Amino acid sequence: MLKNWKTGLVFLFLSGFILLFIVAPLAGMFLQTSGSQYLETLADSQVRESIRLTLLASLAGVMIFGIAAIPLAYVLARKSFPGKGFVNGLIDLPVVIPHSAAGIAILGIVSRGTLVGQAGEAVGIQFVGGVAGIIVAMAFVSIPFLINAARDGFEAVPEKLEKAALNLGASPWRVFFTISLPLARRQVLTGLTMMWARGLSEFGAVVIIAYHPMVTPVLIWERFASFGLAYARPVAAVFVVVCLIIFTGMRLLAGASSKGMKQR
Amino acid sequence: MLELKNISVRLDSFVLEGVNLELGKNDYLALLGVSGAGKTVLLEVLAGLLKPAGGEILLNGENITSRKIQHRRIGLVYQDLSLFPHLKVAANIAYPLRNKKYTKQELQEKVRQLARETGVEHLLDRYPGTLSGGEGQRVALARTLASDPDVLLLDEPLANLDVKLKTGLRALLRRIHEQGKMVIHVTHDYMEAATLANKVAVIEKGRLVQFGTPDQVFRHPKTEFVARFSGIKNLFRCRVEQSKEQNGMHHAIVGSELSIGFLSDNGKNVGYVMIPQEDIIISESPLETSAVNSYRGLIREVYLSGAGMEVVVEAGAEFVVSVSRQSVEKMGLRPGKSIWITFKASAVRFIA
Repeated sequence: MLKNWKTGLVFLFLSGFILLFIVAPLAGMFLQTSGSQYLETLADSQVRESIRLTLLASLAGVMIFGIAAIPLAYVLARKSFPGKGFVNGLIDLPVVIPHSAAGIAILGIVSRGTLVGQAGEAVGIQFVGGVAGIIVAMAFVSIPFLINAARDGFEAVPEKLEKAALNLGASPWRVFFTISLPLARRQVLTGLTMMWARGLSEFGAVVIIAYHPMVTPVLIWERFASFGLAYARPVAAVFVVVCLIIFTGMRLLAGASSKGMKQR
Repeated sequence: MLELKNISVRLDSFVLEGVNLELGKNDYLALLGVSGAGKTVLLEVLAGLLKPAGGEILLNGENITSRKIQHRRIGLVYQDLSLFPHLKVAANIAYPLRNKKYTKQELQEKVRQLARETGVEHLLDRYPGTLSGGEGQRVALARTLASDPDVLLLDEPLANLDVKLKTGLRALLRRIHEQGKMVIHVTHDYMEAATLANKVAVIEKGRLVQFGTPDQVFRHPKTEFVARFSGIKNLFRCRVEQSKEQNGMHHAIVGSELSIGFLSDNGKNVGYVMIPQEDIIISESPLETSAVNSYRGLIREVYLSGAGMEVVVEAGAEFVVSVSRQSVEKMGLRPGKSIWITFKASAVRFIA
């Protein structure tokens, strides 16, 4: 179809337009930030601290909630039960609701007057205005990415291989850790990466739970609201560069790993 | 000893019913049937992958019907092998051994021993995706043997292999069986069954229609299906004219005029007659023998079959006769030649 030059031209134009739509604002942001601004921003301890907090809080969310999300993804991939469609719909809920609404919803669970809030305080964990709250907010809005990717991964693992492993005398635990998880690892890793990435960029839910300590998206907004675009842009540019370096690196690693698998 | 008592399975569009079998420790059972007959379903029930709707499975006197897959001691080699693609051959073979408390050295030695026995020692460092069909089959066998099952279930192990590989694998299966393993081998190839098994069970549309030694099943098929499935060629639908004589002689009328004399105490009026092709004699003139069935016929075809030849003769029905190459040359058997075929009434089997 694309060999027809008119069709090819239309597709080329539309593809170029979409790529430009994605690249232009980001390119503008980088180009309008001078080298000295980059250096100043990198030297700014508040920026460095916020980036560190953002990366680690999102990573902590992935590690804490991912442990439970992966078995859930497996159950959804393998088991049929009444209301499974409803559960699948529930999982996508955090993605489709406004994130400020998500923040309000989480606040209703973790604020000081609630059971969770009081239990947290009893063991020295502060959700509202604390790192724990940021972790919960980031995980809440990003966990569907992990569950959906991992579920697709487990669905792609032939059930026969698991049954073959059971038939060879392995326990269900061993089958999960030696067959199901390793064979679904690519999608599970993609899900974990997507969850981390989505957590990093969260603003709406986090700002309602914890304005301080300040994660980078909140810092960018704060600089924009208080000092204007020229002060917010370098922080945004630096944060985007950090994220790009991390995720490009991870993608390259994942690519190398999958290439290794294919060669087998 | 393995006993299946009245096993039944109900799947969406398939029912397996009333399967009864009894096998001894040294039995090699060939489970025969066409695709979709229920052979693999029965294997999966035995392995615990499918739950039977009714009946019992007893292994060495213990009821294992509801026992978990991993505790059954029944090893299954799938038709598609189901080797773990992310593990090397050595790790695939070692997989069941890791459930036991072996030291690293013992485990490696055990893997080497199994690989040696199955002829895959040179493949230990390869991934399953790089193996040929025959190599994969041997690795799958080695892996299942590593779990030391009491019963070895094989789902079409020789399918999709060329003749040379089949011969090698057949020898390996025979060796495994001789080492004292009970084997249940699913196949749709009766020759495969005849050359390996000492017991044969035929499944047709979810029912076990015949069970016995290969000789009992192939020489005395109970149903038309078993007869046709066994590769028997001279099988004709007939109506029976009961003889007034008291010697048990009856006449099967095939088509409109061919009458075949046979001995039977079966009182049925319709059925099939079967004449083993090696029991028919070809001659250039009528033979002076006690055989009651002698017909003039015309050779339609002469073709090679295994070590000998087969001659198709039109004599009121189409008979296939096995002859040696020397006979074909000596008698000048060729299409169009008029000859006589003769067989005894006692060679004819009647299937109701």
